[in-house]
Amino acid sequence: MPKPLPYEYKYLRSSKRFPHVWCPGCGIGIVMGSIIRAIDALRWKKDDIVMVSGIGCTSRMPVYVDFNTLHTTHGRALAFGTGVKMGNPDLKVMAVMGDGDSLAIGGNHIIHAARRNMDITAIIVNNNNYGMTGGQFSPTTPIDAKTATTPYGMIEPSFDICELMKGAGANFVARGTVYHIIELDSLLKQAFDRKGFSVVEVLAPCPTNFGRANRLGGPVEMMKLLKDNTITQGQAAKMDPDKVEGKTLRGIFVDRNIGSYMERYNALCASVEEAAGGMQ
Amino acid sequence: MIVPWGETKLIQGNEAVALGAVAANIEFFAGYPITPSTEIAELLARYMPLLGKPWIQMEDEIASISALIGARLAGAKSMTATSGPGFSLMQEGLGYACMAEVPLVLVNVMRSGPSTGLPTQTAQGDIMQARWGTHGDHPVIALAPCSVEECFKLTIRAFNLSEEFRTPVILLPDEIIGHMRERVTFPAEDSVQIVPKPVPDVPVEWYEHYHPTPTNISPMASFGSGYRFHVTGLTHDTHGFPTRRKPEVDAKMERLKHKITRHLDKLEDVRMHDVEDSRVVVFAYGSVYRSALAAQELLKKKRKKIGVFRPVTIWPFPDRTVKECLDDKDVVLVPELNQGQLIHEVERMTSDEVRVIPLHRVDGYEITPEEIVASVMEVM
Repeated sequence: MPKPLPYEYKYLRSSKRFPHVWCPGCGIGIVMGSIIRAIDALRWKKDDIVMVSGIGCTSRMPVYVDFNTLHTTHGRALAFGTGVKMGNPDLKVMAVMGDGDSLAIGGNHIIHAARRNMDITAIIVNNNNYGMTGGQFSPTTPIDAKTATTPYGMIEPSFDICELMKGAGANFVARGTVYHIIELDSLLKQAFDRKGFSVVEVLAPCPTNFGRANRLGGPVEMMKLLKDNTITQGQAAKMDPDKVEGKTLRGIFVDRNIGSYMERYNALCASVEEAAGGMQ
Repeated sequence: MIVPWGETKLIQGNEAVALGAVAANIEFFAGYPITPSTEIAELLARYMPLLGKPWIQMEDEIASISALIGARLAGAKSMTATSGPGFSLMQEGLGYACMAEVPLVLVNVMRSGPSTGLPTQTAQGDIMQARWGTHGDHPVIALAPCSVEECFKLTIRAFNLSEEFRTPVILLPDEIIGHMRERVTFPAEDSVQIVPKPVPDVPVEWYEHYHPTPTNISPMASFGSGYRFHVTGLTHDTHGFPTRRKPEVDAKMERLKHKITRHLDKLEDVRMHDVEDSRVVVFAYGSVYRSALAAQELLKKKRKKIGVFRPVTIWPFPDRTVKECLDDKDVVLVPELNQGQLIHEVERMTSDEVRVIPLHRVDGYEITPEEIVASVMEVM
């Protein structure tokens, strides 16, 4: 087993909270490592960082990292995070969520956080199902896929997380995978560095539930699927359109700088205070 | 200056709540529009930017109370305002705040239910929802104002109690109190006591977010203060990390209970008028208490004497005082704007010798003094 790099240790509650709850072959730990490397590259102070989560496998992440950490109720990570950011705008707030947490029960909160362009980095680990409760279908379960609650196959279409977030108004939208790890480190670093609402969707395997139900093989085979079934937008542009069909695109889909919520709220306060001062 | 300190004004109950929040140094408001509480959010939308403090209209009530908890963990004293259906949605976050011991103030201007009910009309239907609405055993503090002036004072008290006990506090005006206009004389600013946030003074490495103390109430750091800690809705140890070990689970649950039950003297707040030497007592709260006082006057003219007993703090229920003061009465009449909620607590604390009689009204209108007089005359 590869050892964590020494600098990764200093971001972990390593002496107390491990071993973790994740299954062998789960992708969530890889995302946690990537988050840590991105933060280390940005030289952020641990005291200034708040990691918020909801409920589910991904949402267990905050307990392992040595930031200010907030494990909330199902789907509400972004609502709690909005309060944290407004309560103390100096804090750097990230929300780590699964696909069910962020898009089903938390669907309303994520579209409104994106619309407001609230200053939060949302990291969505998409493993296509609810892992913690035993592999039920989620809003990103592919059509025809088998899960504990789609024993005859999934009939509902899926959300495309990146398209959804683009339409809802996020400042930065990207997709990576836990196989393309250098790329993921870079995407997360850029997302953290943006003002406003930034979203990174990370495709990750759930061999225990989704993989087993759909006979996708073990952890290695599922990693290979991420390698084979995804391409960058640059690769897609050079490829025969027939071959692009069925592949999932990686990379940055939105990178714009429309004023963030906190910028607009601060400007509002300044203007009303000035107007009130003028009246006196 | 937003709060008219020292002045006398004709204002609305909801306005008094908003001013009380400013007086208590509110630092964050999140809410969702709902009748009959909306004026509180509207007024704070004007005041908060003037104070340079954050205010937000969230996408629903669940998001509102969730944002409140986040903001208070980041150090900002927080309040929301809602009514019955929104209060139902907020039960999720209310339970989280109880479990994670996060101070906040939740104003529920009570309207008629169940469900959408009579949105613009009064009720006291959320008394039991305030006590048991969220799942699991949990501590609750709830206060019921009876006047516009009390909306101001009890909002400040709600903030103070939430900080002192590190727990959510629910303010329960009924619609009549929220929308009524009355004269309010504001106190001098320096006469209002504001309880400071319970910040820790230990070195960072010694900090426990739920440090056991003799009072069962622990100092609380904020995110960004240098004390890094974990907060979860899972049952947790004194550091805030999840646990399933029996001694730690028991300790947490006992502490949650005891931080209220061992401070009843600080929380109890009752008003009594001629209770001691009356055989018949009316037990009433909120707007109904005002009718009960008027009924007492009407009955005096008929040379009939009744007492009036009012809990200002509804939860925790004033068990001991009710037993002491009402258990020797012939009749306790409990008029409520519901089909009988707090009456069960009165029955619980009085023996079978005492006739505890309900008076209900659930059509969205007030219980009048005449209705109380008629009920009293029947039993006298």
